Amino acid sequence: MNAPLLSIDDLHVRFPLSGSWFGRQRRMLHAVNGLSLDLAKGECLSIVGESGCGKSTTALSVMGLQEPTQGSILFRGKPFSGPQAPSRMERAMAAQMVFQDPYASLNPRQTVWQSLAQPLRLHNVTARSELSDRIETVMRSVGLTPEQATRYPHEFSGGQRQRIGIARALILQPEIVVLDEPVSALDVSIRAQIINLLLDLQEEFGLSYLMISHDLSVVEHMSDRVAVMFFGQIVETGPWSAIFSDPVHPYTRRLIATIPDPGAVLGLSREAVVDGPAQAPAGWRFADDGSSAPDVTQEPKPSELVEVAPGHFVRLSRS
Amino acid sequence: MTPLLDVRNLELGLRHGAQAHRILKGVSFQIMPGETYGLVGESGSGKSVTSLAIIGLLKKPLQILGGEIFFEGRNLLALPRRKMRSLRGSRIAMVFQEPMSALNPLQTVGRQIAEMYVQHQGKSWAQAQKMAVEALASVRVPTPERRVHDYPHQMSGGLRQRVMIAMALACDPALLIADEPTTALDVTVQAEVLKLIRELCAARGTAVLFISHDLGVIATMCQRVGVMYAGCLVEENATRELFVDPRHEYTRGLLGALPKLGSRGLHGRQRLVDIDSFIADRSRLTDTRFIAPRTPVSGEAGS
Repeated sequence: MNAPLLSIDDLHVRFPLSGSWFGRQRRMLHAVNGLSLDLAKGECLSIVGESGCGKSTTALSVMGLQEPTQGSILFRGKPFSGPQAPSRMERAMAAQMVFQDPYASLNPRQTVWQSLAQPLRLHNVTARSELSDRIETVMRSVGLTPEQATRYPHEFSGGQRQRIGIARALILQPEIVVLDEPVSALDVSIRAQIINLLLDLQEEFGLSYLMISHDLSVVEHMSDRVAVMFFGQIVETGPWSAIFSDPVHPYTRRLIATIPDPGAVLGLSREAVVDGPAQAPAGWRFADDGSSAPDVTQEPKPSELVEVAPGHFVRLSRS
Repeated sequence: MTPLLDVRNLELGLRHGAQAHRILKGVSFQIMPGETYGLVGESGSGKSVTSLAIIGLLKKPLQILGGEIFFEGRNLLALPRRKMRSLRGSRIAMVFQEPMSALNPLQTVGRQIAEMYVQHQGKSWAQAQKMAVEALASVRVPTPERRVHDYPHQMSGGLRQRVMIAMALACDPALLIADEPTTALDVTVQAEVLKLIRELCAARGTAVLFISHDLGVIATMCQRVGVMYAGCLVEENATRELFVDPRHEYTRGLLGALPKLGSRGLHGRQRLVDIDSFIADRSRLTDTRFIAPRTPVSGEAGS
């Protein structure tokens, strides 16, 4: 296997909580605790978990918007965080982000053309003809017409705005696209169109997606690999099929069992995968079964990710 | 059995001089006592305004243009405002999507629940406060005797929604309207809140009008489902039948547009149905209930 495109190694992010200014011991909120992930070229890796589990903080660290407290992020083997991190301009060519709410992330006073041209100008594409060419291409590839670029964001529907958000992310031809809940603000029918578009673009441009979502049916549909996060740690990671058909960790099983799935409820599409209590492999136990929220100001109990099947890791402690 | 709620040919919209712009184009459905009825549809399909019309909270410039809403034998649209006000909260109650904006931030949750008993059952505040503790306990809020003194901002989203449910069910209404009650919540919390609504309403025999855009939630909650599109009820059926054998093109499109858990494992990754092209293929439908071609939200055709 080739070297991963992006490699996160033992990432920790801590935030100081309000407390004594003079005291030696400042209480820290442990948002991300020793997270390690690899993202291969052309792959879609999804991070799932509830609000507050640290999935967005992880994404912000990858984007360079949140400096890790500890640990490293490597892009093509070169540091992507810390003192040797690339400049923002270089970083913009490598990774871009698609936000949940496209209306909030587009400048309402700029036409789509201006929004798309600005990053190109900053990267020394100044010839009017080349600007037009590239904007035309990207508009077409997200399913809009080049003429629509003269409009303002408020003139578009929600689905079209998300297409513009995707166009904005793709205009510099990044290799990694971080998708932060890309479809959860959209209606069912529009959601299907955007999911189809994202999958088409991934194939066309060989993009690598790091997707953050709590909608597990979308995750199953789009991902190659899935990482389940619980309070700053990955509790289970593996190929999508292993996570969805053979979940091991109790938290993963609970998460899958709680999705209101018409097929499962009406007994149509499949057997429930999550029957009975979770079984830890022999010699191991679950460090935390995810049934109650741990104290986020403490280091989690020691545990390790154990490979239970090829590529399928579960967080366990020795019993 | 006579239906608890009988909505007949409800039309509502905006009047612009002599012109009337209809948002609901003749919606009719019935809810039996104790039944959970789901309304599903996309934003703008008219499901929320339907519920607001039933509970009498339509705001200007929206107005009823025609039709009747019979509740326990009385036409709600002909009822004087004072009568409607005493009915609202005691016989028909509502749980809203965003509890933070539906609760009063300046009053403790205990007082807001107690107000229900004072207003509708003539209890004293002291009595009502005690009943509020019981109400909180009934929606499984841990340590209710402490939590009654909390303000809404001190609670998590799931707890706030439980408070909303406690308020709504305080006076044992015959009909509970739940408008996207779990859309703002995390999946695991959503599962708990849905279970709570299901169990409490089953135990008290409360009928529920459940509004959601999430077909999965609708399937877990409702016995019968109505699908709304562009101000019309395009299909109605028992939940299982609707999912197994959707008759209307729009319903089929909606179900096909949904990534279904487990289907990738069984059939591989299939392209999701693009509802626009799906419906454009058959602009005329043989069904008696006609569905208008999709009109885009703003300007250009939705891509």
